[in-house]
Amino acid sequence: MIPRGRLFDFPDPFSQVREVRQDTTVVRTEARDFAAGRGSPPSQQEATASVEIRGLEHRYGELTTIRELDLSVASGSVLGLVGPSGCGKSTLLELLCGLQEPVAGEIEVRGGGNAAARLASCAFMPQRDVLLPWLSALDNAALAPRNRGAGRRRARAEAAELFERFGLAGFERALPRELSGGMRQRVAFLRTLLSGKPVLALDEPFASLDAITRAEMQAWLARALEDDPHTVVMVTHDVEEALYLSDRVLVLSARPARVIDEIAVPAPRAPGRDATVTDPEFVALRERAMAALREGMR
Amino acid sequence: MTRWLLPAAVLTTLVAAWQVAASTGAIADALAIEPFLFPSPAEIASSMWEDRSLLAENALVTLKVVLLGFLCAATVGLAFAAALHLSNTLRHAFYPLLIASQTIPIVVVAPILMIWFGFGIGPKLAIVALICFFPITVNTIDGLRSVDPESIKTMRTLDASRRQIFHRVEMPTALPFFFSGARIAIAVAVIATVFAEWASSDASAAAGLGDLIFEDLARLETARIFAATVILSAIAIVLFGLIALAERRVVRWR
Repeated sequence: MIPRGRLFDFPDPFSQVREVRQDTTVVRTEARDFAAGRGSPPSQQEATASVEIRGLEHRYGELTTIRELDLSVASGSVLGLVGPSGCGKSTLLELLCGLQEPVAGEIEVRGGGNAAARLASCAFMPQRDVLLPWLSALDNAALAPRNRGAGRRRARAEAAELFERFGLAGFERALPRELSGGMRQRVAFLRTLLSGKPVLALDEPFASLDAITRAEMQAWLARALEDDPHTVVMVTHDVEEALYLSDRVLVLSARPARVIDEIAVPAPRAPGRDATVTDPEFVALRERAMAALREGMR
Repeated sequence: MTRWLLPAAVLTTLVAAWQVAASTGAIADALAIEPFLFPSPAEIASSMWEDRSLLAENALVTLKVVLLGFLCAATVGLAFAAALHLSNTLRHAFYPLLIASQTIPIVVVAPILMIWFGFGIGPKLAIVALICFFPITVNTIDGLRSVDPESIKTMRTLDASRRQIFHRVEMPTALPFFFSGARIAIAVAVIATVFAEWASSDASAAAGLGDLIFEDLARLETARIFAATVILSAIAIVLFGLIALAERRVVRWR
């Protein structure tokens, strides 16, 4: 095992100032990109849009799935998308990640507009974990470094450093079928994270888990994103999950998807997931989102 | 263990019944044939023992054709499956022909191959390989196409190239499919070899169990025909078992 602290190839100068989340987020993201050979040296500028979508339209055959959709996500912030089933949320993520091209409209991820540029900036975490059953947990997590040409030992070492922090220590060599649902999702998230990409597209990350594991995983993801902020676009049909994990939630209508409500989640949250979701203010936001969702289904 | 007990009991009962029916001459009487034409299991066993060197010699020849033919089919089949999977053009051009090729009666093709290429091992291998090729190739192609599309999308965002997706995702996914194709292929490979040996009607001393069986048919050596058949079955079962074993070793994640 390699000692911790060599997580990325540069020291973390902001470990003391994590409370000031918005600012550190931008700088840390930039610092990491710079270290990875992208972008410019870190600077202390305002949070800029990392994802910008304008006038997006998409069709699946004759069916218009998305129409006139605009949204933007500030660098280092978490955007939650909720909407009825089949409203094109998953398609939106695939468009964002550059896995598909839209029929009309623009999608810019960190300034890059074409599919290849988006693919280079976004990592996709699908609803099912799609861990490769023949690879160990460690090798699954290390797929992105391996794909980029790192040797097996280096890629494994890179992934192994994060295993303890992800509550996976001791399971490095386990095959996916030997892991619990929650652990599989953590390996899947780690795999996404190790892509080193600034934008994470999460498609119903915990939909397949039971209620208790799901609540635990939400709390865990909130902490993980606090420790290591990323620009996140998360699709879910669970309003509570969206509000708990996101800085901003967009409620989408039934097909063709358009934004019917935008809810900014106030920054300082009550400590702990249980306290947060039972907070009267949070409950009020949840009711508002539910009302909007019902509205959009009509 | 109990899994084996029942079929073993059934087999023992059948063999015992056969022994009684044959040794009392009941069946020969019923069929109105000479008793030696319907050998008992004991006679078959003694024929197997008496002619053990002849049978072993021919069994080795047959085994060689089975294995080489199967290996040819597996190699060409895997390469063909990969090529058809990776190229849409090739798939559209060859997949229907691949299916159509199965409708060609190999019974007709075999003697023609013999006429063209003579009676060496070549045409026999070709016949065995032709028959084994189909289940291996079609299963492997199906396996390569059975990959979860989500998995491929995820791999793409993890910076995987087409080649890496093939190596890391599609090939391992297809492995169990390849193995089930291989198991079918090895079982028919033995039958195909017997047929190829018959079609070649080789005049050499040890031309395989298939050749021996057809010679013995003319000589009415029924006991040895049964002995050779038992050996052929045993070869097929052992090879099938070996492939199943290899599958369990390789496909550990199932």
